[in-house]
Formats: sequence, structure tokens, C-alpha cells
Amino acid sequence: MRVAAQTTQKLAFGLIWGAGGIAVAVLLLLIGYVVLKGAPAIDFEFLFTPPRGGLGGEGGISSCIVSTLWIVAVTMLLLTPLGLGAAVYMAEYAPENRVVGFIRYSVELLAGVPSIVFGLFGYAVFVTVLSFRFSILSGALTLVCLLLPFLTRTAEEAMRSVPRAQREAALALGATKWQVVTRVVIPAAMPGIITGVILCIGRTVSESAPLFVTMGGSSGMPDGIMSPGRTLAVHVFYLAMETNALEKALATGAVLVVLILVTNLLTNSISKRLQAKMMGAR
Amino acid sequence: MSRYTIDRLSSRVMLAFGVASFVVLIFIAGFILRESMPALQTVGLFKILFGTEWYPSYDEYGILTMVFGSVLVTIVSLAIAVPLSLGAAVLLAEVAPPRVRAFVRPAVELLVGIPSVVFGLVGMVALAPLIADLGGKGSGSSVLAASIVLAVMVLPTIASISEDSIRALPRTYKEGALALGATHWQTIWRVLVPSARRGIMAGAILGTGRAIGETMAMVMVIGNAPIFPTGLLSPARTLTGNIAVEIAAAVGTHQSVLYVTGLVLFVLVMIINSASLLAYKRRAD
Repeated sequence: MRVAAQTTQKLAFGLIWGAGGIAVAVLLLLIGYVVLKGAPAIDFEFLFTPPRGGLGGEGGISSCIVSTLWIVAVTMLLLTPLGLGAAVYMAEYAPENRVVGFIRYSVELLAGVPSIVFGLFGYAVFVTVLSFRFSILSGALTLVCLLLPFLTRTAEEAMRSVPRAQREAALALGATKWQVVTRVVIPAAMPGIITGVILCIGRTVSESAPLFVTMGGSSGMPDGIMSPGRTLAVHVFYLAMETNALEKALATGAVLVVLILVTNLLTNSISKRLQAKMMGAR
Repeated sequence: MSRYTIDRLSSRVMLAFGVASFVVLIFIAGFILRESMPALQTVGLFKILFGTEWYPSYDEYGILTMVFGSVLVTIVSLAIAVPLSLGAAVLLAEVAPPRVRAFVRPAVELLVGIPSVVFGLVGMVALAPLIADLGGKGSGSSVLAASIVLAVMVLPTIASISEDSIRALPRTYKEGALALGATHWQTIWRVLVPSARRGIMAGAILGTGRAIGETMAMVMVIGNAPIFPTGLLSPARTLTGNIAVEIAAAVGTHQSVLYVTGLVLFVLVMIINSASLLAYKRRAD
């Protein structure tokens, strides 16, 4: 009996190593594939000329890089104050009652709505009703709606992790609640807030479906928030679906992967610093 | 202005920010519903939901094939992803030496947030031709290709949540089982995994939500034919893909039906997420 159990264990652990190994290997292979296949097509010209369009997918990705920068800038400019404000309310002001419980629940639900549904919403409201047309502004507003629950939750968690004693000390010194929030809680929660903001930048860069239906997809160089545009992620989609230039699609994909890896590394190093700081405080 | 006035004002302003997500949710539900109304009135919910023909130019607006496509792809991808993720989770939580975990866990976490179009692209360039060689039709765009791409996408999510919930179990569970003479594997399989099942379920449900909502990667590898797939190698179309592919060119009833498609997705995801929140809550109890 004992021997049988040992044999079963050996078999099972073999399977587990197999499954885990496959899972990790597939993920790493996939990223390696994109970066290695894409890298040869990336050069100075590729990064600094706009796409010329057509079936051959001629040209580079400069206007897509500019569009991506525009979208990130406009989205974060609108999203950050809104998300932080909502987080301050949830962490500092909200009473624990049914209404707030319901709001919390709706934040959770909103976080799970598929991004294409946000795209539909943005198309109906920003593109059509508010007649911002297909533009960077429409795309950014759609992303603000999409990312709001995520940023709210992350920033709220950061604020909640600030020790109660710090708030009480400030209040005891005669500070108003607002002074406590702006001069004690937010500075102490800053690393967590910054992590959340960087994660949102990453998601803005990688999001494609809602921008595909709200930004118009023009490959021209955008000259303001009212002009249409095409982010890198959407460009990958166009190249893959409408041209034969798969090597250009892979090169754009490689640029995206590197951007996201850098973003994630940045997030990791900040949250590690935060941890070190907390340990030091104790 | 005195600091007390500022304090009073700011608490009002913060309240306004606080309800922003709630307002967005209401607006989304409201607008999707509003834009769906014309189609619900002229075509009817029943004919849209249970119709099997999608020919917008002939006023045929049945989306049942796509509901089926979305659900099938989600189920197949989870059938692939859940065992692999559970294996990876058990490996990292219990079996692998700490050095392996110290390398693998951050590596997997770095991959969270890789754009879905990148997954779709690799699916198109590397996976689909392989499937075409193995007996698929045409380009190899198929339910199988889409399911594999989705499985890879949701794998890190399910694996990391499962690993966390196995690690969160009290040490005494493991020690008790081992003290009774159980082997390490018996402990894992009969004690640890069953005890962590709510967390694992929550991870799987979260993965389901992401799978059903994925859009661009699906458009790239599933072939987008609005038909009932005859097998795993057959092409299909998802609800999300239907919206993305057609919205730019759609007007009138056609456009309105696409909003109904969004409404169906919205409701599907609400159901899945409520289930996931419930699973989490029970776990906390």
C-alpha cells in the first residue's frame, strides 16, 4: 500500500511538473517568438516614418507612436484626478452602509464589463451624441470609463494601508479631515498610487478593441485631440488583418511587448521600494 | 477661504467623485439599452437571440451562432487552461524548490498585460498554419486556434489566484495530513486543493469573464464566419468579434442589433461576475 502511494506520488509530481512546465514554457516562448521575429525589422527608419498604407504595409510606425502618446496623455490627465478623488471618497469619507456597499459592488461589476462594450458605449456617446467624431478625445474618454474602476480600487487599497495612527495623530494636532487627506494619507500612499497609475498606462497602451471602434484608425499623423488616430496595438491588428506585412506586424508587436515589459519592471521596482519603506517604518 | 470651509466643500466634491464609477455603469447600461430599443422593437429579442441566420443585408439578424461560438470557445479554452494553471499553481506552491518559484513567478507576472493583439498575432502567424497542416481548413483559423490563444491569455490569471489561495491555507492543514501518514501528494490532492477550491473557482470564473470579453485576438484567429462550428477545426464568430467587425459599417437596424449583441454580452458577464464575487465572499467567511 505504502509503495503504491509512493508510486502515485511520483507519477502525479511528474504530471504537475509537466503541466506547470508547459504553462510557463508556452508563455515565455510566445514572448520570445514575437521579440525575436519582430526585432530584425525594427530600425531607425521603422520608428520614425509614418505607415504608407496599402496591402504591402509599407512604412514605419511613427504616427502610431504619436497617437499612442496622445491617448496615454489625455486618458491619464482625465483619469488620474477622477480615480484619485473616487479613491479618497471610498477610503476616507464613505460610511459603511448599504448605499456605499452598493457603489462598491457597482465598481466591481464595471471592472468586469468587456472592453468592446465600453467601445460601443463610447461610440454611442462620445463619437455620436457628443459629436467628438472618431478622435483621440473619444478614444481617451472611453478608456477613462474603462479604467476608472481599476484605478479607484488600486488607489483605495493604497490609502487604506496607511496606518490609522498617522491619521489620528494629525487630527489630534488640529488638522481638518481634508488636511489629513492631502498632507498625510496621499503622500503616504503615493508609491501605491503611482503603481496604479503606471498599470493604467500599461493598459492604455495594450487596449485595442474600444479604440478600434472610437478612434477611426486613420494612420495619419494626429495634430490634436480632435483628430483621428491609430495606436500601436490597433496598428498591429490592421497590419495583421488587412496587409501581407506580417513581419511589420511582428515588429510593432515587439515594440509593444518591450513597452509593456518596461512598464511592469517599473511597477515592480516601485512596489519593492514601497515594501522596503514599510519594513523600515516598523 | 478658511480651512474649515475648504474641508466642508471638499467632502462634497469627494462624494461626487466617489459615485463616478456608479454613474458610468448606469450610463453604459442606459445607453446600450437605448440604442438597442429600435432593434428590440422591429426585430424582437426572441428572433435576435434564437435566430440562426446572420445576413444584415437581407434583414436577418439572428445571433445564436455567435452566442454558441462565444460559449464554445470559452469552455474549450478553460478546459485547456484550468488543468494547466492548477498544475502550475500546485507546482509553484508545493512541489517546486523555492529557487524555481523565485524565477518563474516574477517572469509570469511580467507577462500580465501583454496586449491581446500580440497573442492574436502569434496565433495567426504560428498557431493557425500548424492547425491548417494538421487537417484544418484554409488558413487554420478555427475554434481550436482561438481556444488555445485564449487559454494562454487567461493562464497567468487563473494560476496566480490558485497559487495564492493554496498558499493562504493554514499550515496546520498540511501538517495534520502529513502527521497522519499521508504522502505529500495525498496531502495536496485530498486536503490542500479541496480546501482551496473556492479560490480556484474564483480564479476560473475571473478567467471565464476575460475569455468571453476578449475581442481583437478572437477576430484574428477564429475566422469570423457566423455559422455553427461543426467541430473544433471549423471557423466561428464570437459576440465580441461581431461587434468589432461590423460596427463601423453598420447603420439603422443593423447598428441597433449590434447594441443588442453588446447587451447580451453585458448580461452574460454580469452573471459570471456576480458568481465570482459570491465565490470570493464565501471564501472570506
